[in-house]
Amino acid sequence: MSGNPAKVRLSREHCRTLLHQMLRIRRFEEKCAELYTQEKIRGFLHLYIGEEAVAVGVMQALAPEDAVVATYREHGHALMKGVPADTIMAEMFGKQEGCSGGRGGSMHLFDTEHRFYGGNAIVAGGLPIAAGLALADTLADRSRITTCFFGEGAVAEGEFHEALNLAALWQLPVLFVCENNLYAMGTALDLSESQTDISAKAACYDIASEAVDGMDVVAVEVAARRAVAAIHETGRPRFLECRTYRFRAHSMYDPQLYRAKEEVEAWKERGPIRRFKTWAFEAGELRESDVAEIEAEIAREIDQAVAFAQDGTWEPVADLTRHVGAERRP
Amino acid sequence: MTDLTYREAMRGAIRTAMQEDERVFLMGEDVGHYGGCYAVTKGLLEEFGPQRIRDTPLSESAFTGAGIGAAMNGVRPIVEIMTCNFSLLALDQIMNNAATMRHMSGGQVTVPIVIRMATGGGRQLAAQHSHSLEGWYAHIPGLRVLAPATVEDAGGMLGPALADPDPVLIFENALLYNETGPAGDPGSVDIDHAAIRREGSDISLITYGGSLGKTLAAAGQLAGDGIDAEVLDLRVLRPLDDDAILATLAKTRRCVIVDEGWRSGSLSAEIMARIVEQGFWTLDAPLARVCSEEVPIPYAAHLEEAALPSAEKIVTAARTVLGR
Ligand SMILES: Cc1ncc(C[n+]2csc(CCOP(=O)(O)OP(=O)(O)O)c2C)c(N)n1
Repeated sequence: MSGNPAKVRLSREHCRTLLHQMLRIRRFEEKCAELYTQEKIRGFLHLYIGEEAVAVGVMQALAPEDAVVATYREHGHALMKGVPADTIMAEMFGKQEGCSGGRGGSMHLFDTEHRFYGGNAIVAGGLPIAAGLALADTLADRSRITTCFFGEGAVAEGEFHEALNLAALWQLPVLFVCENNLYAMGTALDLSESQTDISAKAACYDIASEAVDGMDVVAVEVAARRAVAAIHETGRPRFLECRTYRFRAHSMYDPQLYRAKEEVEAWKERGPIRRFKTWAFEAGELRESDVAEIEAEIAREIDQAVAFAQDGTWEPVADLTRHVGAERRP
Repeated sequence: MTDLTYREAMRGAIRTAMQEDERVFLMGEDVGHYGGCYAVTKGLLEEFGPQRIRDTPLSESAFTGAGIGAAMNGVRPIVEIMTCNFSLLALDQIMNNAATMRHMSGGQVTVPIVIRMATGGGRQLAAQHSHSLEGWYAHIPGLRVLAPATVEDAGGMLGPALADPDPVLIFENALLYNETGPAGDPGSVDIDHAAIRREGSDISLITYGGSLGKTLAAAGQLAGDGIDAEVLDLRVLRPLDDDAILATLAKTRRCVIVDEGWRSGSLSAEIMARIVEQGFWTLDAPLARVCSEEVPIPYAAHLEEAALPSAEKIVTAARTVLGR
């Protein structure tokens, strides 16, 4: 395992947490896929399977008061930020008990109590928002940070460049996390970027950046802790590129004409869960019995989430035009 | 005539245009290797190669602007923007460059570009993927705005759009891609006029794009009750075919407008204003309209359905206008 163990205490307990959280996201996503085929979940559904080490690793470094902005592929991030599986699942069912009241669905999970600010489905749309959240913290002299997750596809948008410049110029406490899974829908990185070294782009805005193996949860955690510490120390943004891979289709409609099955299989060989488990077993930190316990715990949590969603209620149609403006104005 | 899907008709039109004119090329996100986000361009990369079927980075403003520049310099770009929701990232280029270039250059510079994009709701894609913004674009002088509602128009509008000396926007309601219908004769399709899709004498139902099917269904239901509705498909949202609107109104003297855009400041509002300005004395009843509710489109199915126009809402509006 790479990384700097001096900064991350890989206690048995911590190993168990990392595996638990990655498996939790994996199983949650698998359940979503199943519920999609049953038409309980509708619309677009983007799964995070294969990329779990990124959200799990980065979130180890965040405090509850830190904000997170993510994309439409955000179920894992929401789970990691403490949004309950129950309300996430209910949201995907379109029930009013959902974390966005059934208005947002899979692509728009929000939970301000956990400082989870979406669920943004305009590619790169979250980056300026993250800069703004951080700006408010700076103005109010609060020492908390905002983490923004986005895919490498977003790097081509003007909003990426504008937000990075602003964050660096105004010294905003933002951790930019690029989840580089090599494809934006069907467009491979080398078909969309003249400079494919993404972390190099941050450098031209004078933002310290680091690229890390996004399939290695410990390496991600180490890098994220280092970045977060630096943000607190300097008050400046940081950039982290996590090199990862999406095992499933872009969304549920994608025939995946743009990549070879062998390529997907090769990446699965180095899958984050498989890899961490193997290491933890060999290091004697975890045993099969731990995995069985974790799986049972997760199964209980997910079953409960599905039941919660199933038992949820539909918002009355009479309320259709709610949440457009404030209900009461001063 | 053979039946095609709307998607196939559009693809056929692109292929024909590219075969007939070497200056035509197509670019957009995932039009090539992915096969088109709605599969419209599937197979075209293999047929025409990466110079003419160009996968772009996620850079709506840059590739739309590049299309505008290319059009200014002698080629005929077809720019595909995945959905009108993302076209907002290119709005500056469309509004401040494509629409103004001819005017601000005193007629020297022209922008013969075609920009296609999907529009509309109805698939539980929530508030960043479901809106109908064609009415906004129809606000802008310098643009021609088309809304093919039939397979025949999907196949027939692209040719004249490419032949047009000025920028043309084509809005394809995403729910139409799987619709089938007769291919029609592309040579007979114009991009100037509205079309009567159903003759009738009691009331005019004026609509376009994805709402045409709902409106025809409503007309069918009304017929069951002895109400004979005429359905006018606008086809061209800018410039509006005032003559066709006034002609159907002269015939029926009553009207309901159906528009998937929001009501406030909408295309339906513009049509009402024109009717009041030019046809007030032909009216036998107040005008009515069915639009989307004034809310970002919600995810939950029952709420989304309630937010969008439906055949039932159109029937109710027509009955109200007719007092029966
Ligand atoms: C502005 C904008 N353009 C296009 C889209 C359609 N779209 C949704 S996801 C996506 C690919 C994004 O890829 P990437 O940023 O790498 O993230 P990933 O899906 O791989 O996690 C595209 C083109 C969009 N949502 N927003």
